[in-house]
Parts: sequence; C-alpha cells; structure tokens
Amino acid sequence: MALYGQKQFHIVNHSVPREDGFDKVTGRATYAADIKYPNMIYAAMLRLVGVASAKVTKIDTSKALKLAGVLAVFTADSFPKMKSWARYFYITDTVRYVGDVIAIIAAETYAIAEEAKKLIHVTYEELPAVFDIREAMKEGAHPVHEEYPDNIFTDSIYTLRKGDTEKGFEQADLIIERTYETQYAEHAYIEPEAVVASEDSSNGEMTIHASAQNPFFTRRYVADILQIPLNRVHIIQETLGGSFGGKEEGVGLLAARAAFVCHVLHRPVKMVYTREESILESSKRHPFLLTYRAGVKKDGRIVAWEATQIGNSGAYNNQTQFLNWRACAHCAGAYDIPNIKSKTFGVFTNNVHSGAFRGYSSPQLLFAQEQFIEEIAEELGMEPLKLRLINCLRDGSTVATGAKVSEVLLPDIIEYTAKQTDYTKKYEQNKTQSGRIRKGIGMAISHRGCGYGAESPDAAGAFLIVNEDASVLLHSGIAENGQGLKTVYCQIAAEALGVPYENIRFFGTDTHRIPDCGMTVASRGTVMGSQAVKKAGEKLNLILREHACTLGFFDSGKGGAPNDRIAQDLVLREGHIFDPSYHEYQVPLADVTNIALWKGLNMAAYEWHVPDPCIQEHDTQQGRAFPTYSYTCVVAELEVDTGTGEVTLKNVHSSHDVGTAINPALIKGQIYGGIVMGWGYASMEEVVLKNGIVGSRNLDEYLIPTAMDMPNMKVSIFECDDNSGTYGAKSVGEPAIECVAAAIANALYNATGRRIRCNPAGLENVLIGRKLW
Amino acid sequence: MERYSLCVNEREYEFLANANETLLFVLRERLDLTGAKCGCLTGDCGACTVLIDGEAKKACLIQIRNAVGHKITTIEGLSENGTLHPIQKAFIYCGAIQCGFCTPGMILSAKALLDKNLSPTESEIRDAISGNLCRCTGYERIVEAILLSSKMLRGEDCDV
Repeated sequence: MALYGQKQFHIVNHSVPREDGFDKVTGRATYAADIKYPNMIYAAMLRLVGVASAKVTKIDTSKALKLAGVLAVFTADSFPKMKSWARYFYITDTVRYVGDVIAIIAAETYAIAEEAKKLIHVTYEELPAVFDIREAMKEGAHPVHEEYPDNIFTDSIYTLRKGDTEKGFEQADLIIERTYETQYAEHAYIEPEAVVASEDSSNGEMTIHASAQNPFFTRRYVADILQIPLNRVHIIQETLGGSFGGKEEGVGLLAARAAFVCHVLHRPVKMVYTREESILESSKRHPFLLTYRAGVKKDGRIVAWEATQIGNSGAYNNQTQFLNWRACAHCAGAYDIPNIKSKTFGVFTNNVHSGAFRGYSSPQLLFAQEQFIEEIAEELGMEPLKLRLINCLRDGSTVATGAKVSEVLLPDIIEYTAKQTDYTKKYEQNKTQSGRIRKGIGMAISHRGCGYGAESPDAAGAFLIVNEDASVLLHSGIAENGQGLKTVYCQIAAEALGVPYENIRFFGTDTHRIPDCGMTVASRGTVMGSQAVKKAGEKLNLILREHACTLGFFDSGKGGAPNDRIAQDLVLREGHIFDPSYHEYQVPLADVTNIALWKGLNMAAYEWHVPDPCIQEHDTQQGRAFPTYSYTCVVAELEVDTGTGEVTLKNVHSSHDVGTAINPALIKGQIYGGIVMGWGYASMEEVVLKNGIVGSRNLDEYLIPTAMDMPNMKVSIFECDDNSGTYGAKSVGEPAIECVAAAIANALYNATGRRIRCNPAGLENVLIGRKLW
Repeated sequence: MERYSLCVNEREYEFLANANETLLFVLRERLDLTGAKCGCLTGDCGACTVLIDGEAKKACLIQIRNAVGHKITTIEGLSENGTLHPIQKAFIYCGAIQCGFCTPGMILSAKALLDKNLSPTESEIRDAISGNLCRCTGYERIVEAILLSSKMLRGEDCDV
C-alpha cells in the first residue's frame, strides 16, 4: 500500500498552479465563439428535428433567398459529400436521425440566418425506422444503412476466448445470469461547439478556429470537403470549454461546413451550435444491452464468465468499433477468471449517433458487472467485499485478454477504502433497517487499460525550443481540453529539461506547428502522450550542458575545479548548470543560452515516442492489450426516501492507483468532477428519445448535477512502481467516472432491496422499479 | 437599430442595437466583452452571469432596454488596475478551474453573494452558485475557493 507522498521529484509529483488560471479567471481566455473577423458572416443549419427517418424530396428556398441579408442556401445537391473515410454527411437528403442537416443558410447576421430557416419549405417522405437494439436485430427490421442489412455493425464485432468456458461451467456449483441496460447520455460540456473559418485567397489556405478536442482529426474533415492538401488546412484549437469525448465528429462536420461556405462566398464564416443543436447532433454515450453469465464455486471462485455486450451505435458511426475493442478487453471486470467467452458488437438505429464519452464503454459495463458481482455474492450467501477480494486482479493475475499483470494495488485499495468507509459494518446494518428514509452503501471496483493499447499505436511527438533568455516554448499535438494537460506537460518538460516550471510555455495546439500526435483521448495524454515531452526535455538538457562546456563555463579553474568538465559531469536543474562536486559555482542557464544563440548552437529538440507494441490474436483477443492498468475502488453512501424515490448522495470515497501523481491537485480535480458526472449518470441524466425524437432538448430538460447535488467527497491517491507511463504516471481522467454509477446502484440495492438493472435511477425507477415512459 | 447607452464596468458605452437583442448579445457582439459566455440561451447554465446593480443575473434573459440605466459588472471589470480580485486569486489558488467556461459566471455569482454576506456557510455558497453549471470540477474546489475568498475579504491571514 502506498498512498501519495513517497516519491522524490523536483517539479512533477507536486501541485503547481494551473498554467491557464489567470486567463480563465479574468475572462481573457479566448474560446472559438469569441473569435471575430472583419466582414464575417454566419451560417445556420436546418434539420427536420421532428422526423428521424425520411427522404427529402424537395427544398423550396426561394422565400428564404429573398430575405435581405441572406447570401446563400445550400442543400445536399449544392454541397460536397464526404469523399474520404468518415461515415457522416455534411448535408444529406436522406435523414437517418434527427440531427441530420438538410440545408445550410449563410447570412450577414446570425439572426437573419435563423429567420431564413423559417422561410424554407421542405417536402419529405417519412421512411420506416428502428430505435431499439432488440427491435433493430429482429428479422425484417428496417435497415438504417443498405450496407448493413441486419443493422449489425459488422466492423465492430469483437469476440474473446480465454480458457474453456464449457469446462468452467461444468466445474461450477452455481450458474447465474443477469441482463442490464444503460441509457443515452449527453456530454453537456458548458461550451457549445463553435468554429470560425477564414480563407487566405492568395494561397488557398483555410484557417479554422475551433472548439476541437482533436485538431488533427478536425483537419481531415476540412481537407476532405475542400479537397485540398492537409498543409493548406490550419486548425487552431482555441480554449476548449469541456469536451469529454464529444467535440470530435461533430466539430469536424461543423468545421468542414464552415470551410466550404467560406470558400464559396469568400467571407469568413462563424458557425456556433445552440444548446439544442449540440444535443441534437453531437454524439452520445452508447446505450448498452449487457448480459453476463457466471459459473461460481461454493468458495466464491468464479470459474467461468460469458458476456454479450451490444451497443446502440445510432445512425452513423466511426467510434463503435474502437469502443467495442475496449469493451471486449474489459468484458470481465477487474477479476482474474480462468475461462471467459464474450461477444461485443454495435447495432445501427435511427437514433442520435453514439461516440466517445469519458469512459469509452466502461461506465456502462461496470454498471452491469459490478452489480452482477453483488448478485452472485447474494446467491452464494457471501459478503460482496469477500467475493471481490477472492476474485480481483492481483500481482501475477491474468486479465481477460490473457496477459499477466504486475504491480497491482487493487486488493490494497479495496481493503483501504472499505476500512476508511466502515463499509462492511454499514453494509450489514443497512440490510435490517426499516422506516421511510433508508441508508445504503455500495462499492464498485475497476481496472482500466491505460492509453490506446493495441487499439492503435500510442505514438506522439513534442518539440521544445529554448530561447536565449532561457524561456522555453513547448509544442505538442496532444491538446488541452480543460483537464490541465498544458500544466502537466509544462511540469514534465520542466522536470526533464531542468528549468523552473514558470519558464515553460505551452501556448496551444496548432496543426501547422507539430505532427499529428493522435487524439487526446483514452486518458492517454499524461501516461503516453507526454513521453515525447520527457524525451525532448532530457535530450535538450544534455545539449545545454554540452553548450556550457563548449562555451568554456566549466573549463578548469571555474568554480575551483582543477580539470575541464564534460556534459556528463554536470547537472542542469531549476535553471542552473553545476558540477555536483563543486556545487557552489552555479551557472544560470540564461548565461549559456545567451551566448549559444550568437554562436549558432542548436537549442531545440524534437522527439517522437512509440511505446512497445501491444499485440493480440484477433479471433480470441488474447495477448497484451495495454501497457498497464489503473485501478480504482469507489464506495458511495446515500439515503433513499422510500415514499418518493428521492435519492440523496451523502458520501463518496474514490480511491485510485495513478502510478505517479504528476499533479495531485489536478488529479483530485479530475476525480471530484468524475464523481459528480457519475452521479448525474446514475441518477438524472438521460437523453430522452421517443421514436428517435429528442425530448431533452436543453439544460432545463437534460439535467446535470448542480452545486446543491454534490456529496461529501473523499479522494485517496495511491502510487506504485510501474514505469510504463511517463515518470510512472497512469490514467485518471476516465477512471474518475467509471465506477461511480455502479457503486451508487449497489448502494441503492443495499438501501431498498431493489436492483436497478436499467440506468438511471430516477424517482420512478427507484420507487416502482421501472421507467414511466 | 436604435441608439443605446449602457454603463458597464464603470464605463459608459454608446452603441446601436436592435430592440430585441439581449444584454448577452450586446456585451459579446456590440461591446466586445466576451467574458460572459453563451451556453444555453435559456438561463439554465449560468455561463452568462453578470452583475446588475450588484445582483447576479443571467444576461441571456435580459433584453437590452431593461439593462439601460443599471450598473453592469462583467468579469472584465472585476480586477482593478491589473490586480486580481480576492475571488479570482482564490479560484487560482484552490484549483477551482478546469475548462474555464463557467468560471466568469461562477466568480460573479460568488461576488454577488460575498458583497452581501461576508461569512457565508458552505450551504449558502452552494445555493448561491446553484444556477451556475459546471461539468468539469464537481464544484468541490469552487466551494472551497469561495470560502477562502470570504476569509480573504474579511481580512484574515490566508497566505494566498
């Protein structure tokens, strides 16, 4: 057991203040919607909104075009179709979900563009549609895409085989099966998506200021629509007002639309989603239909496990296949089970498309798996804590993909968190309570593969430039999304380079300044994305020590040393170069860099890092899926009013093994945020869809937790000696949310004796065990 | 378009606007004060919170004519001569910021509270910011920061 505080670093592993704090508290931080150009116009999007599946037969734009200030109306006929890789439409005449755009109006002002929308007359034929996973898989169901006649998204099928489940089930004393279901959830970042496009007509370069989570990903859409090389598309990521996986495809589409309008009309174009549009068109957390079957021995050992994990992909998808790969690798929870068989796939429906959302399948899977574990325990007549400790991953265990894990703190974390919360005693006491207000305590545990793993190469680069005044510029293609990445990268650069944190500036991600480093997703930013920052920092540290020698700062006699020193004799730390044997003589770095510049010496370093490959056998998914795993245990305590179904979340204790805490304050911030987002997911958040029509259209209908809803939160940070990630860091952004809804569902059962197998636990679900619509 | 004059951050602005424009639109589009953010246009998210005669209000719900004649404070007017207001300092010190989109509105709601009540309880603070949604922080550090700034404003030694 190692709580944070044992490691020795100079700048990382400390809570330095955020690099962007000043700009954000003064209102100076610039978000994409704040950008203005002279002569700028606006474009608005038209959708059917009330129809989920239709063929548009005619769009009459004549009245709209007569409105003063309207510059153009584009429809599917006058707008490019996607030519490259993505399965989406900029504008379509075949509506597959309510977010599909059928026309774009360009006007002098936003108000005129919106007014013109009302003057467009659309004729359409409604088409058959499917909305539910079970319905979509029925024989003869309406195919959402012709290429997928049975609606099964074949590219997203993953099957896993570990050991022999038939034999495993034969050995079992008890076999148990349960099915769970989760809902559509909205990212609800407070900043709606925004882009501003501007073209330099002299050289054909398109510049886009975007609220993009992944600027390089956005760049592909713009290059596609304009059919120009990537080196003519300049994406500048402005300060991002939250994303959580949501500003990927949606922002790509928006950027491409603005770019095309800008290119045709020769005017800078701004496009900003309203909240309603953001909820309509942006991707959602995949709903999952999850069935688990387990074979268990009387002593509690789980000997066989089967999983069927079906995701609702919605109308379009580029992410289900990647997300399902992760879901497949995590199909058996944080448990060491010898025989596992699973199938994971996605199904197309005429709903809002599902995509990346913090967790990338884990909040859904854990909601089911961690309740299932407790249902098994109950059948066995065993305490759930004991069942978890018998089966959970520990040093030398093998995960579902068959790979062995080491440095596993999970059993320690579980026992520590249980002790801190007095879990066992409260769990037993709560089972015997009576009265209207009932208390509940619940636990959930997880393991999470860090970074991309075998999903794709987890490679990234970094470029560091030291100026003559010893200030440093850091460039990376991994982007600040609000999580504090710039701060952490500046810390890592400062530690490796040996300069004060304040000397480093990471001013933003810009596609013209650094190669494509992959997406800022999968909680990979710190664990893998920053490896190149460390490498470049270390390389430059050596280069600068060499310069100090070359320039005579460490010749014999200097600092009282009898001999000339070489770079390897020296240390560069906190902006000073010194020989540890004569450490009173300290050369300020700026003294060296000032001369180095004028002597023509290199003071920049670029590095690229590719981790050791993770390789799996495709048909069985056996192999090394991830370089390492983060481990989590969450205990939630709540009160239920059994008269009304109202749930009050009282306390949440969230414990995480983060490897090395690069910035403990930022980590705690992630975890607090994850707890409250998880509480929303567990209790109140659901994008209500009736026949594909979105019922929760704004933040008055899609409710997220407010400051009045927050519980008392306690965070425990554990560290270990696993060195797979940068300075030993592991993922935390997604672990922060993934166990929360599961722990709450278990606490609800502890309080009421009613299993919520269908998330979220709204009033009626708690009170009568089902949703009312 | 009609001519309006408006007092924002103790400065008089004269500008042309349409009568149906909101205070938020005017601040952002006519006066280039983009610190107030637009998150929902229905008064639900609080990202556009400004102070009107010291009261925290959602600028997206106020028509421009109703703002005329009142004293408006936006986030741009909070620091004086480059010195941060104690609430701003406390937000940085406590790490009460992530993406920052809710931050201006959150700080102004906090100011409206502390201007009236220098010793708020934690639950009074939560109540005061309950109209300001934050999706990143879980509110924990924001509440901490407002508590800390109340101590700073009371003149207690806080080492910030």
